[in-house]
Amino acid sequence: MLPRDLQPAQFAAYPPQARQLAVEHLSLFRQLPLSFLPGMLRQLIEYDYQFPVERARLNQELSLLSSLSTTQLADWFHAFAALTLSTAFERSDWVTKPAQFVEQESAYLWTTHQLDAFREAAMAYGDRMQSARPAQTLATPRLGIAIIGQGVATTPEPLFQMLRKRGTYFSQIKPEGGLEALLTAVEARSASHPADYAHWYIEGGTPARPTNGLTTVSYDALAPVRDKLLTYMQSQIAKPGMGPEELRTNLAQLAPAQLGMAHNGDPVLDRFQVKLFTEGSGTQIFSTTFAQWTTREALRRAEPLTLLVRYAPRQRQKPMNELLANIGAANELDPAGSLVDADMASYYHWINQQRLHGADRSSFIVWWEGQSHAIVIAPTLPGGVRSDSPLDLKSLVALATG
Amino acid sequence: MPYSINDRFASSRLANLAPQEVARHLGRTRRDFLRDATGMALGGTLLSASPFVRAATAKKKRKIIVITFGGGARDQETFAPEGQVNIPHMLNELAPQSSFFTQVTNHGILGHYVATASLATGVYETLNNFSAVPPDHPTIFEYFRKDLGRPVSDAWVVAPSNGFNRIGESESRSYGAGLGAQVILPKRLLSAASSSTTDYSHLLHDNYETPLYAPQVSGGEFELQQLERVLKLSVDDFTQHAKSLSSPDELSVYIARQLMRQESPSLLWITMHDIDVAHSGAYSLYIDAIRRTDRLCAALWKAVQEEPEYAGNTTLLVLPDFGRDADEDSGGNGFQHHRTGDPASRTTWMMALGQGVRPGVVYDSPVQSIDLVPSIGVMMGFSAAQSQGKPIRELL
Repeated sequence: MLPRDLQPAQFAAYPPQARQLAVEHLSLFRQLPLSFLPGMLRQLIEYDYQFPVERARLNQELSLLSSLSTTQLADWFHAFAALTLSTAFERSDWVTKPAQFVEQESAYLWTTHQLDAFREAAMAYGDRMQSARPAQTLATPRLGIAIIGQGVATTPEPLFQMLRKRGTYFSQIKPEGGLEALLTAVEARSASHPADYAHWYIEGGTPARPTNGLTTVSYDALAPVRDKLLTYMQSQIAKPGMGPEELRTNLAQLAPAQLGMAHNGDPVLDRFQVKLFTEGSGTQIFSTTFAQWTTREALRRAEPLTLLVRYAPRQRQKPMNELLANIGAANELDPAGSLVDADMASYYHWINQQRLHGADRSSFIVWWEGQSHAIVIAPTLPGGVRSDSPLDLKSLVALATG
Repeated sequence: MPYSINDRFASSRLANLAPQEVARHLGRTRRDFLRDATGMALGGTLLSASPFVRAATAKKKRKIIVITFGGGARDQETFAPEGQVNIPHMLNELAPQSSFFTQVTNHGILGHYVATASLATGVYETLNNFSAVPPDHPTIFEYFRKDLGRPVSDAWVVAPSNGFNRIGESESRSYGAGLGAQVILPKRLLSAASSSTTDYSHLLHDNYETPLYAPQVSGGEFELQQLERVLKLSVDDFTQHAKSLSSPDELSVYIARQLMRQESPSLLWITMHDIDVAHSGAYSLYIDAIRRTDRLCAALWKAVQEEPEYAGNTTLLVLPDFGRDADEDSGGNGFQHHRTGDPASRTTWMMALGQGVRPGVVYDSPVQSIDLVPSIGVMMGFSAAQSQGKPIRELL
């Protein structure tokens, strides 16, 4: 089946709001190429469980595309239409299983050497959509905070290397009460600019304390979910003929309740958290990877105004000789390695924040927890500069956001 | 498959440059850095004076060792200025002796098995990366053995990843069965050697992209029983030595050295894989693996000098199978994967050193990873008839 043959009944399996949106835009969908549409449906089918910003973004996209004439649509999508897919794709159930289609399409495009063309088309489309979107006004400039290096007092590795030329390095931070000061500052931003999923606290270990007004995701709190997921994966792998693609497809269909999450939880956040494990690589094993990926996904999907992430030591990767000798504690930690992980992750945090609207007014802080080192990137502060002025964390936030 | 086109809205271009421009930029960066750091010369002007004419007698003794600097490594963690700290051995010991190619592109599928198979056939293979299937086209081992009439003992593959057991031999009608290389999977050997006492199944889960998946191995690989007969290693010695090593790649180099001593193959292919731990998302482990691989490459070159069968007549070729995604590409997650197909993930380098290679020269001219097989073919005197690559003239 091709998009031009779409009928409303084919969206019967979609959740209610997604179904309604699909039916409303059926005439648009019928004009889009098969190489593109399932990618859009992959997002649409999740509509009922998306963050408000994601929904608004999809609404805008659909609205904009619906406003285009047939000629304009042909112009926007000619590069996608030029891609050739096998007839097997037409026969697949791409309406109800768009994620599976995208997975297979991706493999097919690589195999047929069309991935570069798809990539070009996708980037051109993204740029075009970005420039066509109406300007957004943020309630307040974004603030990102990364707290790294928990449990490490010294390191031979140079820190903040990727960020130094962009920000001001502070060498005399007063660490006392620093974590509390940062949490309090984030809570204050939430109180001043309340909105759903706009202010986040991502914790690589156990939350420092309960917080007010923050969307909180914690690695330790999700331990039961991880355990259930790993058990599920093992059982799937044991099935004859199971391969990584089938495994990934099955994982994508897992619902929060199947992993032991409460039925009365926040359905949007619960689904987000499940996807961190089912779509992320390494998130099930290393807390640093979990915190980095959660930060990336929160920024990409929820576009928060405030995001504080605190990295905790991850489990140590045993070298082969220890594995063979069966020595070393099972849950031994690697604080030094985790500092290196988190240092790079904080660079990615900044990159992902800068992809969002209002990047020129955004601020970013990285603090080595319990230590006197921090770096701040802010519109008001110069890059590539060192400051030896003594400052506490509350003052540092004020400086970054002032 | 390791592919993702999930981000329909990838809007960030690498420094607003076209892919070819980015690839050239990456190459120039490597060139400038090597020239500054090691005093290496630019190669373009030296070509006309190339002295690499070898006598037929030299071809008979010629040994080739290929190391895939495994699991994908980026410039910024290796040959870019900020990466130099991670590759002291290659930079200070190997690069000054080598011809260095700054711009090696891989236009194929960026999965480790399929990309390594493509390196070995000189054709961009399209097989399923996660299946234990043979390449569609003849491998370098088949060309080598059939054209030159070499015995099975003269071509070997050592690969730590369990999915590589079929890489030694294609299903090509005109080549194929019985003409390929023997494949040693040291981790699988170790698991088999130790299975009576301990469960080492976790060792086999080496595919960091899908951490809980270990492909079924069936046929083609070196068996435990051959350990003593071929490598002159008792199972006890093998397992005891393994217990002193920190990684599967160290085990591979240990096995490679045993092979060099006992079998002295003329064509030895070693696939490193530790670096692929990057898929776990832990940057420190990725860096540790690069540093280890750097050390192992130098150790292997040292072993070449120490082995009478290899010293003075061996060419070593070191190259990554491909790179990893750029930090700035919104379709990826930086170093963690190689899914975007961006220039950083497609553009790598190659180092050639030893017999017949001009030392201390940097070549900027673009080459493809599939050019490796026909180049070795010219060096050794066989024809890579079905390869789609071209011999690299700077190596000939």
